[in-house]
Amino acid sequence: MNNMQNFTKGFIKENPVFVLLLGMCPTLGVTSSAINGLGMGLATTFVLVMSNLVVSLVKNQIPDKVRIPSFIVIIASFVTIVDLLMAGYAPALHEQLGLFIPLIVVNCIVLGRAEAFASRNTVGSSVIDGLGMGLGFAFALTILGAAREILGAGRVFGINLHMFPEGIDGMLVFILAPGAFIVLGYLIALINKINKA
Amino acid sequence: MEYVLIIIGAVFVHNIVLTQFLGVCPFLGVSTKVSTAIGMSGAVMFVLTLATMVTWIIQHTILDNFGIGYLQTITFILVIAALVQMVEIILKKASPSMYQALGIFLPLITTNCAVLGVAILTIQKDYSLMEGVVFAIANSIGFGLALILFSGLREHMQLMDLPKGMKGIPAALIVAGILALAFMGFTGLVK
Repeated sequence: MNNMQNFTKGFIKENPVFVLLLGMCPTLGVTSSAINGLGMGLATTFVLVMSNLVVSLVKNQIPDKVRIPSFIVIIASFVTIVDLLMAGYAPALHEQLGLFIPLIVVNCIVLGRAEAFASRNTVGSSVIDGLGMGLGFAFALTILGAAREILGAGRVFGINLHMFPEGIDGMLVFILAPGAFIVLGYLIALINKINKA
Repeated sequence: MEYVLIIIGAVFVHNIVLTQFLGVCPFLGVSTKVSTAIGMSGAVMFVLTLATMVTWIIQHTILDNFGIGYLQTITFILVIAALVQMVEIILKKASPSMYQALGIFLPLITTNCAVLGVAILTIQKDYSLMEGVVFAIANSIGFGLALILFSGLREHMQLMDLPKGMKGIPAALIVAGILALAFMGFTGLVK
């Protein structure tokens, strides 16, 4: 597989959210608006790239039996870094994402890529894989967030689209919890249709 | 009374799966049969309660005392991973029948965000140890309730005739959305 394919596979063909169905908790939990989805996606991308980088660097030094706990420690360190950086530089976003930032640790995508890809590939291709997968995740979260924001509040990235009549703010249920499940269900059905066609 | 409020709040009003989105992976993964859903709920209740207790003690005796609260994420996830391994080994020796029932679910629990999520929430809400334990048990009941209800629905859904693209996960997600809509009816019962 060349580098370009390696990078682009995360977007549609092996999209972590729509196709592999990994990392569902943050996907559903933080996508009440497009900007939250993008923020979470980029935070996860950072963790994914850095953990893939470090795991592929030290893969030969780690004994096979303790590799999973070691990967978890590496991932948790980068999650802590992101958590502290966000608290310092983007406090509003940090407040919005809340509990889901420490929960990047248990996002199956990060550990999954470390175990399935970075622990048996070179440094360069691991970084590219992490970047592709991370951006694919961010892409999925942004789409889902945008769809929910448009349906629920008639806005996207905070810009008013004026699609609802005066006095109606939008279909609130799409911003709330049930909307997350329903919109994601229809998006996955759509991707299934595209991938099979 | 306070404990009753914590229980009702965690089971119905702020249901861990349907309103907080913690533990969605097992919620989608092991909900195709009611019997596996019951097994998973049992395993989660066991680990979640134990993990909340242990992480509470570590937070209040070690992390707070030495001012190293920023190590919370790393410490908690390692404690949970070690705990799951330990529970697995002990259960294998002490109660083979229980191990048979819960065994296959245990390794999956390490990456169940419900466990880490509840452990962190307990600290954030500043609960005492007893309140934390009640909160953990209530949350695992809420998890079990959502999982078992959902698996019952999914068993029926297997017979439905759906368009090709909607089969499986997409239809399941939409049903989960409707279930979450039903749970919204409890909003405001407890603040």
